[in-house]
Amino acid sequence: MLVYIFRRLLYALPILVGVNLLTFTLFFVVNTPDDMARMQLGIKRVTPEAIQKWKAERGYDKPLLYNEAAEGAGKLTHTIFFEKSVKLFVFDFGRADDGRDIGHEIKTRMGPSLAIALPVFLLGLFVTVSFALMLAFFRATYLDFWGVVACVAMMSISSLFYIIGGQYLVSKIWHLVPISGYAGGLDAARFLLLPVLISVAAGIGSSTRWYRTIFLEEIGKDYVRTARAKGLSELAVLFRHVLKNAMIPILTGVVVVIPLLFMGSLIIESFFGIPGLGSYTIDAINAQDFAVVRSMVFIGSVLYIIGLLLTDLSYTLVDPRVRLQ
Amino acid sequence: MPIILWTDALVFLLVACGAAAGFYVSRREYLLASWRRVGESRAGMAALTVLAAYILIGLLDSLHYRPRLEAVAGKPANGYSSEVRSALDALLQPLKAATEKTYSAPLATHLYARETVELPDGTQARIFPRLRHGGAHLGDPAEDWAQDVAGRIVRGLALAVLAGLTFAAIAVQAAAVRWGVRWQTAWRRIRRGETHFAWNAVLVTLAGLLLLGGPVIALAGGYHVFGTDKVGQDVLYLTLKSIRTGLVIGTVTTLAMLPFAVALGIVAGYLGGWVDDVIQYLYTTLNSIPGVLLIAASVLMMQVVIDTHPDWFATSAQRADARLLALCLILGVTSWTGLCRLLRAETLKLRELEYVQAAQAFGASSVRIMGRHILPNVMHIVLIAVVMDFSGLVLAEAVLSYIGIGVDPSTISFGTMINTARLELAREPVVWWSLVAAFAFMFVLVLAANLFSDAVRDAFDPRLAGRRITLSAQGQTT
Repeated sequence: MLVYIFRRLLYALPILVGVNLLTFTLFFVVNTPDDMARMQLGIKRVTPEAIQKWKAERGYDKPLLYNEAAEGAGKLTHTIFFEKSVKLFVFDFGRADDGRDIGHEIKTRMGPSLAIALPVFLLGLFVTVSFALMLAFFRATYLDFWGVVACVAMMSISSLFYIIGGQYLVSKIWHLVPISGYAGGLDAARFLLLPVLISVAAGIGSSTRWYRTIFLEEIGKDYVRTARAKGLSELAVLFRHVLKNAMIPILTGVVVVIPLLFMGSLIIESFFGIPGLGSYTIDAINAQDFAVVRSMVFIGSVLYIIGLLLTDLSYTLVDPRVRLQ
Repeated sequence: MPIILWTDALVFLLVACGAAAGFYVSRREYLLASWRRVGESRAGMAALTVLAAYILIGLLDSLHYRPRLEAVAGKPANGYSSEVRSALDALLQPLKAATEKTYSAPLATHLYARETVELPDGTQARIFPRLRHGGAHLGDPAEDWAQDVAGRIVRGLALAVLAGLTFAAIAVQAAAVRWGVRWQTAWRRIRRGETHFAWNAVLVTLAGLLLLGGPVIALAGGYHVFGTDKVGQDVLYLTLKSIRTGLVIGTVTTLAMLPFAVALGIVAGYLGGWVDDVIQYLYTTLNSIPGVLLIAASVLMMQVVIDTHPDWFATSAQRADARLLALCLILGVTSWTGLCRLLRAETLKLRELEYVQAAQAFGASSVRIMGRHILPNVMHIVLIAVVMDFSGLVLAEAVLSYIGIGVDPSTISFGTMINTARLELAREPVVWWSLVAAFAFMFVLVLAANLFSDAVRDAFDPRLAGRRITLSAQGQTT
C-alpha cells in the first residue's frame, strides 16, 4: 500500500512539472514582465524607469531562464524561472502585488472556504443520492418522468440565477439571513446557511440525473434479478445491493473533488462576500495579480492529483476485486 | 462594405460543415436510421424547432457590414463608418435607435426615475417624464395605454394565427402529396402523432413561438417590450443580440477542440506505446489544472496581448471579436481532454476487432485504418459529446463574464447583461426586467439544447439501445 502511494506520488511529479512549465510559459513567455508592468501601470505615459522599478520590486527584473551575470549555481537560481516557478514546489508562493505573503493568505482563507464547501459537498451528496434512489425506486412511473423533467429544467437554469434569485428572495424580501458577509465562530452559520442551500439546489439537477442513470444501469444487472428472486423486497434490493454496487461509479466522480474543496467556490464566495480562497482568486483575477493566480493554479493541480490518488485508494475500500499493485 | 469577422467565418464554416454532413448522411441508410430515431422524439423535435429560431437570429446577426458614410456637404462619400453592423441590426434598427435616457419598465410610457423639468409657466416640478419612444404615439397615456396595448396584442395574435395556419397548411399539403393521401388524412395522421417524424411536436412548438412572438413584434413597434436598461437601450434588442454570442461560444468552441480531441484520441488509442504516453501526459497535465483557473490565466494573458497591440484591429468590433474567438479557443483547449480520453478508450477496444485486423492484414497503412475504419465508428461519441457540451458552454459564458474573464465588456451577451443588471435588484422600485429577460432567453436556449442532446444521445448511444425506459413499459422490469 505504502509503496503504491509512494510510486503514485512519484508519477505525479512530471505532471506538476508540466503544470509549472505551462504556467511559466503563459505568464512569462507569452507576455514578458515588461508587458505586465505596462499593463499594471497603465498602457500610456509610462516611463522605462517606472517599469524597471515595478519589476525590481516584484523580482521580475531577472533573466527568464539563465542568468549570465551571476556566479556558480546562481546562474540558474537567480532567474525568474527558479524564483517564481521552482519555489512553488516547496510551497513558497512569494508575495502578492499588494505585498502580502500569499502563503499566509492561503492558510487563513482556507477555513472559510472549507466551512462552505464541506457542508455543500456532504449535504449535496446526500440530497442528490436520495433523490436519485427515489426516482430509481419509482422508475417508469409518472413520478420518475416528472422528476427527470424537473432535473433537466433545473440543470438548464444558470447558477447565477439561483444565487441572485435566492439572495433577493431570502435576504432582501424575507430578511431571513444577511445578504452577505462573514463572521468567525458559531456566528458563521447565519452567513453560511443561504450560500450552502443555494449551492446544493444549483447542483441537484445534473447530479440527480447522473446518479439515476447509474442506479438504473445497476438495476438492469443479473445479480439484482437474483436478489429479487430470493424474495427480497424492492427496498432491500435497492439499499443493500444496488446502492452498494453503484458506489464505484459514484466514487469516481466524487472523491476526486474532495481535496479541491479547499479551493472553495469562486462565484458563491464572491457573491456572498465570504473571505475564502475562491473570492481571493476572483479578486486576484480582477486586480490582474498574476502571482496569486499562478499560486492558485499550482495548488489546484496539486489537490487534483491528490484527489486522483484518493480515488484509487477508495476503490480498494468499496470493491474487493480491485488490488493495488 | 461587407466585413467578415473571424467568428463569422467560423460560423459559416460550421454551417458549411453541417450542410456537408447532412448531404453525406442523406446518402447513407445506416446513418439515416439513427437520425430518424432523433426525428421520432417529440421533445427532441420541439427543442430543435426552438433551436432553429435561435440559430436563425444568430445567423442573421453574423452577417456583418460597415455602412457607407453619408456624404458630407461638399465632399463625395467615399469612406465607411467605423461601426460594424449586422443584418440583425438593420432589421432591428427601430429598436436600436429608440434609446431612452435611462431605465424604463416593460411597456412603460414614462421614465423610471423622476426628473426636474421646467413647466410652461416657468415653475419647476419633479415628475416622471414621458419616454422619447415608448408609447410616444399616445395622446394621453393614462387613458389610451390599455386599449392600445390590448389592440396591438390582438393584432399580433391574429398575425401569428394567420402565419401559423399558413405554415401548417403548407406542411400538411406537402405531407399529403408525399404520402399520396388526401389532406384530411394527412392532417389526422400528423395530429395523432402517427408519423415517423414528430411533425405534431414541431407544429405545436411553432404555434407557441408564433403566439409569443406575434404580440411581441406588434408591441415592439410602439413600446419597449422588455423595458430599457441603465443607459436607455432596449432590452429586447440586447437579448436578441446576446443570442449570437451564446451560440458562437457553444459551437465555435467545440469546432476548435474537435480536431485535437479526435486526432489525439484516436492516435493515442491506435498507436499506443510512447505516442500514447505523451498524449496521456498532455491531457492529464491540462486536466489537473482546475478549469476556471486555466481559463482565467489564459484569458488574462490574452487580454494583455490584445491591449498591448491596439494597432491590430481596425474597429472596436474586431477587437471584441478577437477576444470572443480567443475565449472560444481557450475554452476549447481546456475542454478537449474529456472527449480525447473517451475516444482513446473506444479506439483501444476497436483496434482489437476483426475488421481492423483484416485491414491490417491487407496492408492498409495506419493512417488509412484510423481514417477509414476507426473514425467512422467513433463518430457517434463525437456527436454526442458535441451536443452535450453546447449547453454547458452557454451557461459557462455567463459565469465567466461575471468573474471578468468572459467576453469583451462591449460584446452584448447574456453574461454581460446579467453582470450589469445584477446590482439593479437593490434599487427601489426593483429593476427586474433586464435580468429576467436575459435569464429567460438563456434558460429556453439551454433547455432546448439539453432536450435535443438527450434525443441525440438516446438515438446514437449503442449502450442505450434496447433498454430504453418508457412510460408504456410499466412495471418493475426495465
